[in-house]
Amino acid sequence: MSSADLTSERDLPPEREASAKGDVAPERDGPRDTGMDDASLHRWLTRTWRTPPGIIGALSSVDHKVIARRYLITAFLFLCLGGLNAVVMRIQLSGPRRGLIGPDLYNQLFTMHGVTMMFLFAVPIVQATGIYLVPLMVGTRNIAFPRLNAFSYWVYVSGGLFAWVSFALSMAPDVGWFAYVPLSGPEYGPGKRADVWAQMITYTEVSSLAVAVATIVTIFKQRAPGMSLDKIPLYVWSLLVTSFVVVFAMPAVMITSTFLILDRLVGTHIFNPAEGGDALLFQHLFWFFGHPEVYIIFLPATGMVSAIIPAFARRPVFGHLGLVLSLIAVGFLSFGLWVHHMFATGLPKLGASFFTASSMMIAIPNGVQIFCWLATLWDGRPVIRTPLLFVFGFFFIFVIGGLTGVMLASVPLDLQVHDTYFVVAHFHYVLIGGAVFPLLGAAYFWFPKITGRMMSERLGRWHFWLALIGFNAAFFPMHIVGLWGMPRRVYTYPAELGWGNINLFITAGAVLFFLSFVLFAFNLIHGALKGAPAGDNPWDAGTLEWATSSPPPSYNFARIPVVTNVEPLWAEPQALPVATGLRADVRELLISTVAEAHPDIREKSATPSIWPLLAAIAVGGTFLYSIFTPWAIVWGAAPIAVTLIGWFWPKGDPEDEE
Amino acid sequence: MNQRPALDLSALPTFGHGPRSPTWWGTLGFMALEGTGFALAAGAYLYLATLWPNWRLSAPQPNHWPGTIVTLLLIVSLVPNHILNGYAKQCAMRPVRIGMVVMSLLGLAPLIVRWFEFPALNIYWDTNAYGSMLWVLLGLHTTHLITDVGDTIVLMVLMFTHHGYSGRRFGDVGDNVFYWDFVVLTWIPIYLLIYWLPRLG
Repeated sequence: MSSADLTSERDLPPEREASAKGDVAPERDGPRDTGMDDASLHRWLTRTWRTPPGIIGALSSVDHKVIARRYLITAFLFLCLGGLNAVVMRIQLSGPRRGLIGPDLYNQLFTMHGVTMMFLFAVPIVQATGIYLVPLMVGTRNIAFPRLNAFSYWVYVSGGLFAWVSFALSMAPDVGWFAYVPLSGPEYGPGKRADVWAQMITYTEVSSLAVAVATIVTIFKQRAPGMSLDKIPLYVWSLLVTSFVVVFAMPAVMITSTFLILDRLVGTHIFNPAEGGDALLFQHLFWFFGHPEVYIIFLPATGMVSAIIPAFARRPVFGHLGLVLSLIAVGFLSFGLWVHHMFATGLPKLGASFFTASSMMIAIPNGVQIFCWLATLWDGRPVIRTPLLFVFGFFFIFVIGGLTGVMLASVPLDLQVHDTYFVVAHFHYVLIGGAVFPLLGAAYFWFPKITGRMMSERLGRWHFWLALIGFNAAFFPMHIVGLWGMPRRVYTYPAELGWGNINLFITAGAVLFFLSFVLFAFNLIHGALKGAPAGDNPWDAGTLEWATSSPPPSYNFARIPVVTNVEPLWAEPQALPVATGLRADVRELLISTVAEAHPDIREKSATPSIWPLLAAIAVGGTFLYSIFTPWAIVWGAAPIAVTLIGWFWPKGDPEDEE
Repeated sequence: MNQRPALDLSALPTFGHGPRSPTWWGTLGFMALEGTGFALAAGAYLYLATLWPNWRLSAPQPNHWPGTIVTLLLIVSLVPNHILNGYAKQCAMRPVRIGMVVMSLLGLAPLIVRWFEFPALNIYWDTNAYGSMLWVLLGLHTTHLITDVGDTIVLMVLMFTHHGYSGRRFGDVGDNVFYWDFVVLTWIPIYLLIYWLPRLG
């Protein structure tokens, strides 16, 4: 970076005059941070921004870091549950004709495994990481719409509980994570199992959509002064693109699940070919969401990689603009691929060719990203620590997954291996390699910021090698057994097929992979309790989250940073330029302009409130009741309306009035 | 780390209207995702309509009159809606209060006529897929209509209390105007799909 890249603070526009015209009560001014000494400022801000004590206080919290921590822990617990599902399935498959579990339980297990990993682990954990990091990285004090953010967490938890309590009652969905009709329809899916799938989807999508909107607005309007579009960190860009993909993809699955529950509950015929409906419509709608879903999980992971690599390569990332454009290109292209999940349904050949082409095309921007990262490492002086090891693991595994993806994009091969373990191997390489390995790297990278303590480097290396070996031992042989013809979603197989030994090997690998997570959990707990103190910036990284203490105070930054470079801490190593003039006695933060991040408004951020929890209970109760009767929507409307009015009605705080 | 003051924010205003305000962007975000929902539901309807050669599946034509009246009411409501927006920008309490009362009434009126639209479809949701899609489209829009009218009424009451004298509340009025535009705009294609597409076949 050269000094010519730096925007001088003089380029920022002069402040506008406060407009006090019209029937608006004059602002009751309070103490400002200008000229206040650090100790008094800390006292004021702590009092203003704290989460109230007590159980009600904790349930009312709107601090993005508190909500994100809850999200992260909850999502990790769901990962453990989904992982246990997998271990049980692997033990059942470890030899031919094992009688550990029967077909009915097996159907519930693989459905719960998929649903849990996709909707209760992967999407929530990438969004939660964003909830924690985005406000810190853009230099603001809280996420936009903090109460909506709190609401989204409670809705997510109730959706997860709903699914797992159903599982405990042997009422869990058993129709696969994508729940195709007619299997999940009224004719072939008796009982409540498919309804549980449909409503559980609705819960989690409401929650993801709310977080996506809050994330977009935080990135658009709450960036620190000077953080113009070209100075936004790549991780934040990745969350921005992801959130847009969520906004345009998730409604599709809500429409799908709503149509399904209407068919099942009130007798509509949307998916019923006998009465003018169509079963393939379900697949189109589902995969219009389902394919972008892969990128909703993958794009934030690439953002994590783009944050970890410069910190350890000791230089700014190579090809910043190229990486941003790749992220955007992948976001767009992700909407043009959905039909490649449906090649076996007999669609017109021309249409299939189009989707083959677009499936191969998306490898281009992904390839650009990989080459930019390699160039950064090549030109830097890499320091090999655990986060970077997981990035290397990501390269290795994701590239293999990408290559089998290009293979599967061709229709003839896809038809041969459709619904075999080859596909299972492919998408685990893509999802675990593309998202879980970067996430594990990110955990080691940002854990010091969240807890103020370091995780053990020694255990981290053990964890990495155990995970890498366990993963490949478990999933690589699946390619082979898939090519031999072993179908997915079978609860057992006869000995004569000769799949016994390789499956035993796969199970051993899966157990090893599971043990790597046990080690990870131990390292997390050990680090949180006994890890070495981390300090503000243990990796000497360049983005704003490292400018504040670890863990950050409730108000994030005592004074809002002024950004002059894409790696602000490297550009200003002596003293960080900051803005002054905000009030210390109310929750004030800075609203800036979308493109240039010019300071525009001193806005008040919402205070803690119990109403988002009450609203989530009303919404959750309505969804739950609605699997039994459509009248739930009518009866549920009243409590939902009451809680929403309670949420929005001003309580007389200064934050509400100005 | 060490800090040095470089910028003074103390003279900035405490609220802004339209795209200056985060709430406006939040509203836009929700419009985008709800609009996607509308587009996909309409797409599903068109997908089924092109799949079956005798679309409408021998059902009688819907009676378009209640729907046409709703359409006219919604279009007319745009005029006071935008006058209200102008007063909200000026933070002028009296005309904003009047405007909110007018908009609440102009929200309730199409909602009442909407009640008569469902029987005018001349088919039930469980007769066949054509009937199902008609009810789904109309139901989807009705949900939006109800929630926005509810929101407008609550905000109207709020503007008659002392809480109304705040830049933020006038900003909320502006965002409510913005969302009503969305409710009206999304209705037009749905109106055409429900009442006029079946007349083509």
